[in-house]
Amino acid sequence: MLSDRPITPSTLGVKDLPWQIKWDKDLCTQCGRCTSVCPVSAIELGVFRKRTIVTPAGLRKKPSNEHSIFYGIRQKTDPAYGCIGCSMCNMVCPNNAIQPNRDEGSTTMKFHNDRGGQPRTRGGRRNSEESLLDQIKFMRISMLTDPALDAGRHEFSLNTLIGRIQSPEESLKCMAENGWKPPVREIYPLIIGGMSFGALSPNMWEGLQMGVAYLNEELGMPVRISTGEGGCPPRLLRSKFLKYVILQIASGYFGWDEIIHAIPEMKVDPCAIEIKYGQGAKPGDGGLLMWHKVNKLIAAIRGVPRGISLPSPPTHQTQYSIEESVAKMIQSMSMAWGFRVPVYPKISASSTSLAVLNNLTRNPYAAGLAIDGEDGGTGAAYNVSMNHMGHPIASNLRDCYNALVTTGQQNELPLIAGGGIGKSGNLAANAAALIMLGASAVQVGKYVMQAGAGCLGSEKDRCNVCNIGICPKGITSQDPRLYRRLDPEKVAERVVDFYLSFDTEIKKIIAPLGRSSSLPIGMSDALGISDRDAAERLGIKYVV
Amino acid sequence: MCRLFALTSRDPISPMRAIDALNVMKEGHDGSGVGLYLNGLSGPFEELKECPILSGIFTEAGLRRLDQYSMDKGFKSKFSILYAPDGPPPVGTPVRGTYAAIAYSVPKGWENLSEAEQGSRLVQMRLDLKKMGEESGDMMVFSFWPDTIVIKEVGDPLEIGEFLQLDRNKDIYARRILAQGRQNTNYAINLYACHPFFIEGVASMTNGENTAFIPIKEYLQSRNITGYSGYQSDSEVFTHIAHYTTKRLGLDIRAYKHIITPLSDSEIAEHPDRAFLTELKRSCRKLIIDGPNCVIGCLPGGRMFMTQDRKKFRPGIVGGKDGIFGFSSEVCGLNAAIPDRDKSKDFQPMHLDTVIVGPDCKEIIQCSQTDQLPRQL
Ligand code: SF4
Ligand code: SF4
Repeated sequence: MLSDRPITPSTLGVKDLPWQIKWDKDLCTQCGRCTSVCPVSAIELGVFRKRTIVTPAGLRKKPSNEHSIFYGIRQKTDPAYGCIGCSMCNMVCPNNAIQPNRDEGSTTMKFHNDRGGQPRTRGGRRNSEESLLDQIKFMRISMLTDPALDAGRHEFSLNTLIGRIQSPEESLKCMAENGWKPPVREIYPLIIGGMSFGALSPNMWEGLQMGVAYLNEELGMPVRISTGEGGCPPRLLRSKFLKYVILQIASGYFGWDEIIHAIPEMKVDPCAIEIKYGQGAKPGDGGLLMWHKVNKLIAAIRGVPRGISLPSPPTHQTQYSIEESVAKMIQSMSMAWGFRVPVYPKISASSTSLAVLNNLTRNPYAAGLAIDGEDGGTGAAYNVSMNHMGHPIASNLRDCYNALVTTGQQNELPLIAGGGIGKSGNLAANAAALIMLGASAVQVGKYVMQAGAGCLGSEKDRCNVCNIGICPKGITSQDPRLYRRLDPEKVAERVVDFYLSFDTEIKKIIAPLGRSSSLPIGMSDALGISDRDAAERLGIKYVV
Repeated sequence: MCRLFALTSRDPISPMRAIDALNVMKEGHDGSGVGLYLNGLSGPFEELKECPILSGIFTEAGLRRLDQYSMDKGFKSKFSILYAPDGPPPVGTPVRGTYAAIAYSVPKGWENLSEAEQGSRLVQMRLDLKKMGEESGDMMVFSFWPDTIVIKEVGDPLEIGEFLQLDRNKDIYARRILAQGRQNTNYAINLYACHPFFIEGVASMTNGENTAFIPIKEYLQSRNITGYSGYQSDSEVFTHIAHYTTKRLGLDIRAYKHIITPLSDSEIAEHPDRAFLTELKRSCRKLIIDGPNCVIGCLPGGRMFMTQDRKKFRPGIVGGKDGIFGFSSEVCGLNAAIPDRDKSKDFQPMHLDTVIVGPDCKEIIQCSQTDQLPRQL
């Protein structure tokens, strides 16, 4: 643009963009790999004119101009092509000649990413680095009376229970009378949370399923994975591996036609049914799969036409009220599998969580409650929902656990916590903190993508284009040219890796606390935090 | 670590025998407190077998308030031992007043109440009195139950025993004695934090630390059972779990270990009672302890037991001869109390074992968690 031309409000310079490309002319071989890999076409071949004024010494010769042309990389400044900082260009550059840098002071773009009156949508997370869970310390370490345990040598029992667990009295009565017992599953306390087939690429899904199968079959770790809303591939439904899968049903009921029809052919029961009422990243919003990702396969599994966006309604429209919905859906889902499969709802953490919980305590078929906090992730949502809606998980979970303690049902109705666990990489510490605050299990999604498949997303608004099918890592894309980048076997390997290291780390946390016989659910006396208000709110120790 | 010593004998014996054994194990406790549980009493108390006995420590004003309270409830004192020491207490022991054990006749219509109702009323009265005492500092109440005396005091066990002249008064000789020498650790010295703990005929004492204390405490408190309160010590939960197991769930004491330290899943899969044990493990998950602990307890009917945590970090030994058996946290205590026993028959329970000696004091019954359980349902 020339300096005397009029500019539009959205005319930006590179300095206005959050991610700025640094390109080194000397190192660049002009191979063009970066421009071809860039998921958002943020860079293009640039033809640059260079004028050099050659001024000889002395007065005899006059200065002259030399004009030359050189080629290189130019960053686009149109907000529609703003660089997302994925750094794929750097990854493919043979000479390390290019890389994106984040400029914290450049915020202008924020005011211009709503062109055409469309507010920004994206995938990802809240984009906030704060984490209360990271601040929690484990400080009740036995120093005097009892030797701390040896994480490497002791026998540890880490498994947890999902399902409605009867009180001791009920259980004995039921045994004596040979009555119906609610189904209960003994599982590993770290669950892979619902990420749908559709949101994830087929390679990613396959990799996760293989990893889970390996953990179960070869390592004896009863790890479970939720499908998310979007059904389940027909062959998995009819395989023995279905028992490792938690089938999710959500307000769009996508994929459930296929599932219901497969019931008579199922060799094993699924681990559980999760009824999704809400998601922590965008409470009050339904699921969303944008048209970019609805290809032939996805359309077939979900039972919809191709190439249309699939927004799920914010609530289960077929029901009159939440109470009725919860009760009836739990009932019908239980009935569909002959009352052999635990059925539990998943809600967004919110100040109404307790109301749902109270409802469940009185429903003998409710098998638990999954609560997803504001730091949860999503494949597609409005930026505003992700950044500003929701409730932190720690206090919400704690309130629910305390409510169960008051009614004496803390063992009967397991709470599953999610949302921001491991957001800064501290998976085991965050999980242990939530378990000691009262969670029976935790579920993780983003961590699985980051550790299992190298997702580039971060809390600094990096990448986050999961919604439009251009995932540069092939994790959340339905484009075979992209997802073939992801080797499912390697994903499976990574899943096994991070589960094993989680297992060791969790033992390194609970062994010094003298715990090994059972998962320390609700062991709040072990926790401390240096924030007085947080300590008071969570009922843990204030330590400085 | 606290030292534990218990005796079960066919004939009544002096509580000092247990205290002497504690004294031998002295290097393990710091003399910061002693607790005694006496059951199977002799003398006048034996003749008043059905009468609940209140034991505690009272000031003059406390005794007067107690009289008033018990009269209001229709309980009449039938026989009592009131001991107000003349001399100064041993160093470290506060001057308190009267150590009392008072047997009461029950009010009219009591026999029409169900056993459970009678039990919870007695517990409630004990709690009322405890609360009254905590408000004004004039009484401390440790038990209120037939054929039961509980004594607790701060100080060295032997000195306290001599101070209270436990040897002299034949009326407090007992057939079953639990004695604990306290090693003060986590909690300020509070008599209510001293073992043995007692509820409705179930008494127990423990050494070691229970790291799962908070979740267990919260679970017991939420059971809605009168008396599941207090918890000034992390060991009180062991007594209440034993009470819950035997009285509330109606299970044999052999199930106790399956509740506090359940078998691993692979062990359960091999067990003849696998369905029952799986259920028990799941429904009583909140009562799983994470010791290390050694528990010695006494049950209604006069059975005494010892069981170990699964990690088996705490020593514990049972031995004796026909007519008398000792349960001890150290072998030296047992040697002091019953020197002339056949030591080759001593038994140290391991991570799966529960040891029981019946009131007949004939033999040591060893039960492993891998054994089939008696039919319970
Ligand atoms: S960082 Fe990513 S979006 Fe930015 S230019 Fe490089 S490849 Fe394109
Ligand atoms: S790498 Fe893929 S999954 Fe990760 S943030 Fe980018 S688009 Fe989303």
